[in-house]
Amino acid sequence: MIAIIDYGAGNTASIINVLEELKADFVLSNDKKIIQSADKIILPGVGEASSAMKKLNELNLVDELRYTTKPFLGICLGMQLLFTKTEEGNAECLNVIPGEVKKFNFANIKVPHMGWNEIIKLNNDEMLRGIDNKTFFYFAHSYYVPQNDFSTSFSNYGLNFSSSVRYKNFFGVQFHPEKSAVQGIQIIKNFLSL
Amino acid sequence: MLAKRIIPCLDVMNGRVVKGTNFINLNDAGSAVELAERYYYEGADELVFLDITASIEKRKTLVQLVKEVARVIRIPFTVGGGISELEDISLLLNSGADKISLNTSAVKNPELITVAAKHFGSQAIVAAVDVKKVENNYKVFIKGGKEETSLEGFNWCRKVTELGAGEILLTSMDKDGTKSGYDIEFLSDITKQINIPVIASGGAGNKEHFVEAFNNGADACLAASLFHYQELKISELKKYLSQKGIQVRL
Repeated sequence: MIAIIDYGAGNTASIINVLEELKADFVLSNDKKIIQSADKIILPGVGEASSAMKKLNELNLVDELRYTTKPFLGICLGMQLLFTKTEEGNAECLNVIPGEVKKFNFANIKVPHMGWNEIIKLNNDEMLRGIDNKTFFYFAHSYYVPQNDFSTSFSNYGLNFSSSVRYKNFFGVQFHPEKSAVQGIQIIKNFLSL
Repeated sequence: MLAKRIIPCLDVMNGRVVKGTNFINLNDAGSAVELAERYYYEGADELVFLDITASIEKRKTLVQLVKEVARVIRIPFTVGGGISELEDISLLLNSGADKISLNTSAVKNPELITVAAKHFGSQAIVAAVDVKKVENNYKVFIKGGKEETSLEGFNWCRKVTELGAGEILLTSMDKDGTKSGYDIEFLSDITKQINIPVIASGGAGNKEHFVEAFNNGADACLAASLFHYQELKISELKKYLSQKGIQVRL
């Protein structure tokens, strides 16, 4: 069973629709016991980082997520929260992966980075199985994770930023697989088959 | 590189797609959910639904529509039309919509943009701006184009950007339904003045009009009747744009 973390961070309907289509067993929850009984975790995320972390703290879920050994997929803000801290609201994040999330702030670059951008694969990580190099995915974000040792792909928007990352059992995608047509569904399938 | 987006727009009344010329003369163009699904498979990058239902059942039918659409398509979509309450924005986003467009309600209460952007993130809040030339000035209109305001078009676009909108859906009422091309003059000027994405709307009649808009600052182009009546296929349009050197998702 997959636990989708319910912490008030936006659009869970779309990820639920995809999981239903794929006939996956899942639960939307913020109950620690239920999350502990799941065998995978999805941390969705649309919204503001500092209030998202505040909510995770209030729900007493920070350590549960930080120290989990289950396959973990962070989507959009959910990926950014895996890092040490973020410029968004100057928040301390889960600190699973070292690094700081930064705001897009370049001349001639519109913010948010919104729309379909291609990813350049850096390796053949399991999460990118069946995905061709330069496949387009849908992004909608104003903050980015710089390319780092844990990046499995990058995209370009003013600079090269991480479009997906992996550290041990932790996977993150900056784009929205649930909104990225068949290629996005492939990413979710890859996570389900772990 | 970030691709330029093609966005079919569905004007919806009670779950049916309607399309008029210059904001009047509505014709039925089919079921909204079915049309949305068709566009998804044809390669649309995103969809916009503008609900023009004016009844007490509006909220219920709109939420139902969003849920049904979210079940069949796997691309982002925006919902707009008479939305003025934070609670309704929340309800629609939680039902599967990605963005909410605010028009009349933002003019009446500009603070709504800021509050909504803070709650749901700028990427979820689209400012829909309807402009029309009145004595050589671009004026902002509200209530589906029926009411002229005292606002000047460029000023209002800059203002909604400052207020926190993540995107502008810019409709030229002079061009809407005419198939004579987008309002390049306004588009070209405004995209030099603001740093959020702009969706050009109103006037698309052929493939060349899209090229023109993209070459003049548009991040996305919206069209309705051209796609509804299959005068132009999205796949064919995208292929053409690609040949013209415009980055699109094929």
